[in-house]
Amino acid sequence: MSVEPQSVWSQYIYQALKDAEIGQVAYVPDAGHKDLIARCHADAAMRTVSLTTEEEGIALVAGAWLGGMRGVVLMQSSGVGNCINMLSLVEECRFPLLMIVTMRGEWGETNPWQVSMGQTTAAVLAVSGVIVQRVEESHDLGPAVAAGAQMAFVSNRPVALLIAQRLVGAKKFE
Amino acid sequence: MLDRRDAVAAMLRVREDALIVTGLGSPTWDVAAIADSPLNFYLWGAMGSAAMIGLGLALAQPSRRVVVITGDGELLMGLGSLATIGAERPSNLSIVVIDNERYGETGMQTSHTARGVDLAGVAAAAGFASATTVSTAQELDASLPAIYSSGGPALVVVKVAVNQPPLRVPLRDGTHIKNRFREALLGPGAFV
Repeated sequence: MSVEPQSVWSQYIYQALKDAEIGQVAYVPDAGHKDLIARCHADAAMRTVSLTTEEEGIALVAGAWLGGMRGVVLMQSSGVGNCINMLSLVEECRFPLLMIVTMRGEWGETNPWQVSMGQTTAAVLAVSGVIVQRVEESHDLGPAVAAGAQMAFVSNRPVALLIAQRLVGAKKFE
Repeated sequence: MLDRRDAVAAMLRVREDALIVTGLGSPTWDVAAIADSPLNFYLWGAMGSAAMIGLGLALAQPSRRVVVITGDGELLMGLGSLATIGAERPSNLSIVVIDNERYGETGMQTSHTARGVDLAGVAAAAGFASATTVSTAQELDASLPAIYSSGGPALVVVKVAVNQPPLRVPLRDGTHIKNRFREALLGPGAFV
């Protein structure tokens, strides 16, 4: 088990998004994506859009693809539930979709309110037609984002990468 | 009070090369019946998505005007997107709300706009560059520069009478609608 800090592993994701020519980054603020969000905002070649709710991001990157641009949606597991009906847009139109989801409600969670959605995130995505790939080790993040982007944008499929809470670290309330 | 088909026809006559996204229900039926085009992206579902699809498209195509034509109920379901668009301030995005104050597909139940909710007021408060409500042909005509050429984001609420014009069923298959749009906009590169 690697124990790299977020400042290090967020760079792996960022670099893979750059290599995949991602032009729009949509997010709802999330502690697990804090460093990545800051990197994307600092990059003038990425239009980084803060959302009021996650399903806005599914629609945003669909619009980006209509215009010939690739996008990614960053969220935590609680946001996946907000996206369910919007995923019908992706399925019906065969839009590509790349979601990067930091997991809550699993390894060492101390907020019981996160457990319900965290425990159903993978299943909800799967029954909504999204291909789910879990990442447990930080050194797998770069290859997983690269492979997910390739499958999304070349094979026109929705792909969600779930970053395990063990990798992100459990938030403490003390 | 305007007739919805007359209002949409008046808008589409001067669209030139604008890219159009239509919200589910009557706005999709209106636009498809009046002037079908490969550069129309028709929604039959995903209620609440039209404005955000417009934002993603506008950011991807900054040299083209993007016009979202949707209904009051559809926009109310994605009301937060007005805040997101207000924060991003895309200068090439306009949203036209064909507002009959009703949910037309589900039995003409009244929407919040029938009870005093002011969508142009919401857009203005969210930071839109312009936000107006029109209810006559003259006022609609005067709003065309805001829709097509002035610096956006713009929102125009078009108050229309309650009616259901004859339905001419437009394209239904979402993948085809998407691919037709991308090919018309991006050329053969759309499928590389």
